[in-house]
Amino acid sequence: MSGLSYETVARFAQQAGLIYFGLIFLAGVAYALRPSKKAEFQHAARMPLDDGEQP
Amino acid sequence: MSATTLRSAGPPAGSGALLAISVVGAFLAVLGAGLSHDPIFQLQAGTIALAGVIAAFVLNAGMAGGTLQDHPDQYSDNVVKAGVIATMFWAAAGLLVGVIVAAQLSWPTVFYFPELGFLNFGRLRPLHTSAVIFAFGGNALIATSFYVVQRTCKARLAGGITPWFVFWGYQLFIVLAATGYLMGATQGKEYAEPEWYTDLWLTIVWVAYLLVFLGTIWKRKEPHIYVANWFYLAFIVTIALLHLVNNAGVPVGLLNHKSYGVFAGVQDALVQWWYGHNAVGFFLTAGFLAMMYYFVPKRVERPVYSYRLSIVHFWALIFIYIWAGPHHLHYTALPQWAQTLGMTFSIMLWMPSWGGMINGLMTLSGAWDKLRTDPVVRMMVVSIAFYGMSTFEGPVMSIRAVNALSHYTDWTIGHVHSGALGWVGFISFGAVYCLVPWLWKKPGMYSNKLIEWHFWIATTGILLYIAAMWVSGIMEGLMWREYTPQGFLAYSFIETVSAKHIENVIRTVGGLMYLSGALIMIVNMWKTIASPSAAPADASAVPANAIA
Repeated sequence: MSGLSYETVARFAQQAGLIYFGLIFLAGVAYALRPSKKAEFQHAARMPLDDGEQP
Repeated sequence: MSATTLRSAGPPAGSGALLAISVVGAFLAVLGAGLSHDPIFQLQAGTIALAGVIAAFVLNAGMAGGTLQDHPDQYSDNVVKAGVIATMFWAAAGLLVGVIVAAQLSWPTVFYFPELGFLNFGRLRPLHTSAVIFAFGGNALIATSFYVVQRTCKARLAGGITPWFVFWGYQLFIVLAATGYLMGATQGKEYAEPEWYTDLWLTIVWVAYLLVFLGTIWKRKEPHIYVANWFYLAFIVTIALLHLVNNAGVPVGLLNHKSYGVFAGVQDALVQWWYGHNAVGFFLTAGFLAMMYYFVPKRVERPVYSYRLSIVHFWALIFIYIWAGPHHLHYTALPQWAQTLGMTFSIMLWMPSWGGMINGLMTLSGAWDKLRTDPVVRMMVVSIAFYGMSTFEGPVMSIRAVNALSHYTDWTIGHVHSGALGWVGFISFGAVYCLVPWLWKKPGMYSNKLIEWHFWIATTGILLYIAAMWVSGIMEGLMWREYTPQGFLAYSFIETVSAKHIENVIRTVGGLMYLSGALIMIVNMWKTIASPSAAPADASAVPANAIA
């Protein structure tokens, strides 16, 4: 079973993990930078300032 | 939960059920105390029974007398008021115990009480850490999260009486844990010392907390969930997960306080530090970042500097922090690759940590003058600066070669305290300084001058503390690794202890100054609450202790 040695599994896990987490990170950045979200985020950035006395 | 909005008056939903649970709980606790042959278990069960009886009486009186009223058209602020008072009470208690243990380390012959075992360092030290982290920090988090989630969702707290159950249930957890430590009931796990029945109780309280928080978000009138709520939610959910896994254990008997964990050896160590470091990451960081994201913009009247950055650093922070724990286990039986993994993720944490720091500081853009005029803003800015500093220092210390010098020394203690006193303490004090006038409807704090005094005394105290610990930590690290030409260790352990006497004394002075600042704050708070109100008296503003 030389095909499934520790080194093979470790290398696969490291590379797949790098790609997986890298893609998730890029997806997060893409979500945050999406132009269509600009107005929503600008509103959200002011949310602590706009709260009232009543629910 | 939505039924509460239809009620115009009467006690909050679930009051009767909570009364019944209190009575049954008190009965079971008395039964347990009676059947048990374990004195520690008997005392702890007695405490639970007493809490149940008090809760039942207060609930009954409140329901019968009509003082326990639901106000569906208002924010639930009384539970936040109670939380703010509890925060400062536990701050004083926890910091005082910290000064006592520091004095024990400085003058071991003076502050050593052989006849009073419960006052020994080994018993008081976890009392200090739990009191400041879970009692002071935890109450600050629960109180501010209840305040912030209502304001940013424009919805009253969900769950009827449940927020009050969370508040008082959490105080019972603190009392059970603290009195347990003094009697010697401990699992011996860092930051997870409470025994199995206290852990179970905290699980119930924490799930109720999660449900109140989620329920409030669920009925929000604001479509966007504000970033502070994301941080609070990450804190609540992750702490629940960490608590359940790390405390998995089997009690010796159902009427015995002692339990044994299900993990052993290096697995136990890994689980413990997965828990331990994420207690730092999610309790002491994510939760307090939530505080920063509400109170800093609100206080300086500026929007969040970059909302996009807040999203990116939130997801990066929670994804990376969860892997950092193994850096506590360098040079142990833990496989080297796991140590390296923990170290690598710790270094990567620089980015999201500093993302938060930059976002917090830059929110002052256009309002930097407030740094000069408003001591509360200054306190929060210094807090964020300490956050940046300690999250820079932490990754450095996680590097294996640096850790070889720093681990087990006072350097670690100094690092923890620059985070705890500087970041966690100051952002909480800043939030409480904001909340007291807002909640009690006052024009401002009683005295700005006292806030200035608090700020300068406490800041000087922190600097003394961490500078002393850097010196003693690096000194003892170097002494431990010093060899004679013959290959023997140059110093015995006790020599390295006595060498740092003066640093221990400076640390005690620093801690005493930090405690003094908190006591000044309590006086200021007391005077503010007692001062006449600015706004016309609100008939429904029942004092927080009406339900206590």
